[in-house]
Amino acid sequence: MIAPANLKVQVLLYERFPAEPFEAGLRASLLAGLLDGGYPVQVLRGESETTERDRGNGENRILLGCFGGQPPMDDGEHGFERVRDVSGLGRDEILSLVEEAMGEVQEAPVGRRWKPWFPVIDFDRCTHCMQCLSFCLFDVYGATSDGKIQVQNESNCKTDCPACSRVCPEVAIMFPKYKAGPINGDAVSDDDVRREAMKVDISALLGGDIYALLRDRSEKAKSRFSKERDDERALRERERCLNKLKATASGLEIPGEVLASLPSADEIREKAEEARRKAQQALALGSTQQ
Amino acid sequence: MDHPRRILYCHCAFAQVIPKDVKQGVLERLADSGADFECVPDLCEMSARREPLLQQLSEQPNTRIAACYPRAVQGLFTAAGSPLKESGLEIVNLRVLNVDEATEALLQPAAAETATPEVPETPGSETTNGELS
Ligand code: SF4
Ligand code: SF4
Repeated sequence: MIAPANLKVQVLLYERFPAEPFEAGLRASLLAGLLDGGYPVQVLRGESETTERDRGNGENRILLGCFGGQPPMDDGEHGFERVRDVSGLGRDEILSLVEEAMGEVQEAPVGRRWKPWFPVIDFDRCTHCMQCLSFCLFDVYGATSDGKIQVQNESNCKTDCPACSRVCPEVAIMFPKYKAGPINGDAVSDDDVRREAMKVDISALLGGDIYALLRDRSEKAKSRFSKERDDERALRERERCLNKLKATASGLEIPGEVLASLPSADEIREKAEEARRKAQQALALGSTQQ
Repeated sequence: MDHPRRILYCHCAFAQVIPKDVKQGVLERLADSGADFECVPDLCEMSARREPLLQQLSEQPNTRIAACYPRAVQGLFTAAGSPLKESGLEIVNLRVLNVDEATEALLQPAAAETATPEVPETPGSETTNGELS
């Protein structure tokens, strides 16, 4: 999880009695300006009663209304900490007023920073096989205490890189801001499952399908598994596949800067070991809880 | 028109995955509709930050969400530890609908209030059983 936002201020555009409605053009452009500035907005109008939910946590809400110079609710009354009369003000003046009021409850202004690009798991499809955890060298994935996969470090993810979604045998990894389906969350077809499996076999980076073998309790499987776990061999395989990945990167749409920032062989060895260990632990934990 | 449903609009701030004219058009129509609604700058960012507001939003029944693919939207709420309440949930996909279709899907009366129980009627908006209507 990335650092929680500084207290997020929500703006209420209040158009219920006794406030007058905002001018139509102003309302829409103000909304766009507030959203672009990073503020969630709630528009309240009509006859309905103002509910507890509408009120929310008054402390981090700013209520804006056209009260004709006489705001009926003082700060702190009715559960709203901040009430501002914006009668006669234009869009930019209102936005500045919000920024100013927000400064009282937030240390730093809401700036545009990290593009929220990270994997989202479809748990209706995921089998908790841990291949994504083993593949990712940037510690984006982790496991819960009961051995389930979890995205833990979203901001470690390399912007615009969908590589780990190719590893997932169940097509369960989505990047909502990706351009094409099914990675963007569009429905998954049988063809998608086949096509993903036929792409460059990135899972070979893991030294073969060792996790399926891990789950297989037969002696034969155990002996094959131990051979494939040979460190040197796994590392060579991983390097070979990284090279292959670079050569076919245009097909996989992995940004050049991501490929350029791939770790050194030593780092790969270290990270791969650590990831394997985590995945193994999680799988062992998962199997004892089944 | 009666607007008994909660409407949530995602502005998808950090990427161009939703066409600009669709975002702008839908926001303008909602603003002019007379309906109550909520908007958030970017559900993806809120999910990564596990923002408490997501928890509040997820607990509301009968919500229509204007964002992107339903699988992605549901995944984002689940990832934030606030799975969406399935009851009466409709997700209107701004990646595939035009302004007219999306606005109609968001503002039409709920199934129980209409003579015909088919809601929504717009392709690209989905009820949570995943059936395209
Ligand atoms: S690779 Fe896919 S199925 Fe396996 S744990 Fe990751 S998301 Fe789940
Ligand atoms: S949920 Fe969909 S529409 Fe909203 S910010 Fe994420 S990608 Fe964009």
